[in-house]
Amino acid sequence: MESFLLQAFVYLVAAVVAVPVANRLGLGSVLGYLIAGVVIGPLLGVVGAETQDLQAYAEFGVVMMLFLIGLELEPKALWNMRVRLLGLGGMQVAVTTGLITAAAMAFGLYWSVALAVGLVFSLSSTAIVLQTLGEKGLIRTDGGQASFSVLLAQDIAVIPMLALIPLLAAPELMGANWGGGISDIRFTAGGGGSILEGQPGWIVTLVVLGSVAVIVLGGHYLTRPMFRFLALAKLPEIFTAGALLMVIGIALLMTLVGLSPALGTFLAGVVLANSEYRHELEADIEPFKGLLLGLFFITVGAGINFAILFENVFFILGLTIGMMLVKGLVLFGLAKAFKIRGAAGWLFTLGLAQAGEFGFVLLSFTTQNDVIPVGLGQTLQLVVTLSMLLTPALFIFHERVLANKVDTDKAEDDEIDQAGPVIIAGLGRFGQVVNRMLLSNGHKTVVLDYRNDLISGLRNFGVTAYFGDPSRPDMLLAAGIREAKVIIVAIDDQEKAVEIVEYVAREHPHVHIVARANDRQHVYKLYSAGARDIVRELFDSSIRAGRYALLALGHHPFDAERASRRYVKQDRHNLALLARLWDPDLTPLENEPYAAKAREINQEINEAMMKAQSPDNAGAERAWTPPPKGGKVSDDEDRQGTAAE
Amino acid sequence: MAPIENKVLVLFAHPAQRRSEVNVHMARVAEWVPGVTVVDLYAEYPNLDIDVETEQARLRDHDVLVFLHPLYWYSTPAILKEWQDLVLEYGFAYGSGGTALHGKTFFSALTAGGPEAAYRAEGYNHFPLRQLLAPLEQTASLCGMTWLPPFVLHSARRAKEEGRIEAHLDAWEHLLEAVVHGRLDLATLREAETLNGVLDVAVQGG
Repeated sequence: MESFLLQAFVYLVAAVVAVPVANRLGLGSVLGYLIAGVVIGPLLGVVGAETQDLQAYAEFGVVMMLFLIGLELEPKALWNMRVRLLGLGGMQVAVTTGLITAAAMAFGLYWSVALAVGLVFSLSSTAIVLQTLGEKGLIRTDGGQASFSVLLAQDIAVIPMLALIPLLAAPELMGANWGGGISDIRFTAGGGGSILEGQPGWIVTLVVLGSVAVIVLGGHYLTRPMFRFLALAKLPEIFTAGALLMVIGIALLMTLVGLSPALGTFLAGVVLANSEYRHELEADIEPFKGLLLGLFFITVGAGINFAILFENVFFILGLTIGMMLVKGLVLFGLAKAFKIRGAAGWLFTLGLAQAGEFGFVLLSFTTQNDVIPVGLGQTLQLVVTLSMLLTPALFIFHERVLANKVDTDKAEDDEIDQAGPVIIAGLGRFGQVVNRMLLSNGHKTVVLDYRNDLISGLRNFGVTAYFGDPSRPDMLLAAGIREAKVIIVAIDDQEKAVEIVEYVAREHPHVHIVARANDRQHVYKLYSAGARDIVRELFDSSIRAGRYALLALGHHPFDAERASRRYVKQDRHNLALLARLWDPDLTPLENEPYAAKAREINQEINEAMMKAQSPDNAGAERAWTPPPKGGKVSDDEDRQGTAAE
Repeated sequence: MAPIENKVLVLFAHPAQRRSEVNVHMARVAEWVPGVTVVDLYAEYPNLDIDVETEQARLRDHDVLVFLHPLYWYSTPAILKEWQDLVLEYGFAYGSGGTALHGKTFFSALTAGGPEAAYRAEGYNHFPLRQLLAPLEQTASLCGMTWLPPFVLHSARRAKEEGRIEAHLDAWEHLLEAVVHGRLDLATLREAETLNGVLDVAVQGG
């Protein structure tokens, strides 16, 4: 227990110190974690060999990340990606493998070993690239989408690779340790531990297809009743437990049948992308994913074997740079062939030029299957690590140097992120009208409400809404508050509405807040929380009722219209004056400036009423006022006008 | 009673009718003339949100169009400009297929603050009223309508005190009746400065 606490303490200290510093220096969190790992591992030696064990657990962060990515990707979007997925991704894997195999053979490696090396290096780091792209807000850009297609294709390609590698084992090297020494490949690739080993091919195929069907159908039909049941508990942590259970269950199922858990959870994510629980799931899984991925990066840094590195420092560095050059050239060529131009092409080229965490998995798998000798395996592992360590530097290079330069040639509209959505918190009668109005004007909305029955009911009418408590900051983050332009706070709970306004005004000042208020006190609270567009829920309807009454009393419709507009203007002006003087710590009676202003306003209203009742009021209004009777309109008038009459 | 030859559409525009001394009464008089439809634009569209379909249907349904309004800055009140901008669409009022108004007649009935003498080259308004209304005349021309000079009450701010309103309302009623029953000689009227002076001679068979 003590050693566990100590270990957790060391890793957390490293992360807490290194990541903010790295972010401050503009290096990004990934490099921060990697440096933290180098410091606590090889440099200080506080952590040792257990990092390798830890890494296998930490790789589960990648599984969660793919689940979250799947959630962002509707099936239709996935289908639209098919050309890039197969073409771009397939070509990248095939061409890179071929070139690196050829290079390895030129170094004198036997062809099967060379092919294994080629396969290891053809993969890029999903964890680093997607984390960095997400952090920099590049994931929806053209370059980001292309990178994502390739990474996804690679994740899929891992499955046949794992099947292929045992066949590459040179017969004279093959030992009897089939399946014995690969227990540390726990999650990311399920080559070991499969219940299907030794079964005939058609059973394997059937079971694999069956489990994919389980994920798709289960995701579609079972999650809704399950989450509805969980929501009844009204305990957020039960929902979180349910979300974790689902992800881990899928990963387990995939491991059992020998498929990639990352791929399985990704599939589940895609199935759930249209679900009303999407943002709630995102909010629940996100922190686990973040911590696990961070831990994974730390273990990569900590796993660098400096002894081996320093023995062959130039050779290993040369290999790393050579490998990245080959990968980069292939990517550059593909970018040209698939017309990914400008900064997007460079992002694609530089971002994917490293080897990745699946490379580790394949390496340990190959060494255990005696495809690659252990000594070479260790060297290659260093190459993979170093290339991952260099990736953040390439992203920084792209950001600082290339992105600006290339983009000055022409404005790339494909680099523009999709228009920020409008978040509507609360889908009561108020939120529904706002939602319909925005949708009918072509805007994208994300609607959140924590009333499960309401969401399901409205979904039947085609309203896209998500289950979740919008007063939770992580919920708003999952709903996309970072990219949002506007948030409509329309929940019934007054206190929670104020909390949301406070949070958004403080943490996301770029988001325009429109808040619904119940009464004047609520207006004041929302105002001091930072909202400026505050709508009293009954104000505008009361004004209309007043206008109808004026019409019934014989006022001209245009006069009634103007009277109501004048009233609205005056009342909102007075309310704003009072809101500025209102003090949450004082009652209105204790607050002298507020009370004085309120008295002043009352007096003005009384005076206006007196005037309205006086008979000569018709001439008092200041609109379309003719010149006074007998008034002079021109200096020439006396000279000419009257004389001629 | 003579048959209705021309259906007349009076578009009435006055944004401050509580203060109106002449126009509101002219609108009331017009409402009582058979064959005349009066539309209070500010009442119908208090938001200036003009319904184009409704207005075009009204135009199709009438033979003579009259703008009834006080003269504001040598032009109409804002809503009548908005009405023109929205209702007189390409393909309806002008341009290819825009023949809905062909052959109809159009004139203004307006009240002006200045005396008749002010609307002369040497007067303080420097231009004759006909010339100031040239945009409306050209609009009528482009839409294939026959434009007539305006029916005017000059020095409208003093009309009440000087007791001129009753006579003006009578003339207005007679004018509308003459238009409705086709008793106006358009050829004579087209060259006149206003419709006021020529009314008696132009009405055929008195």
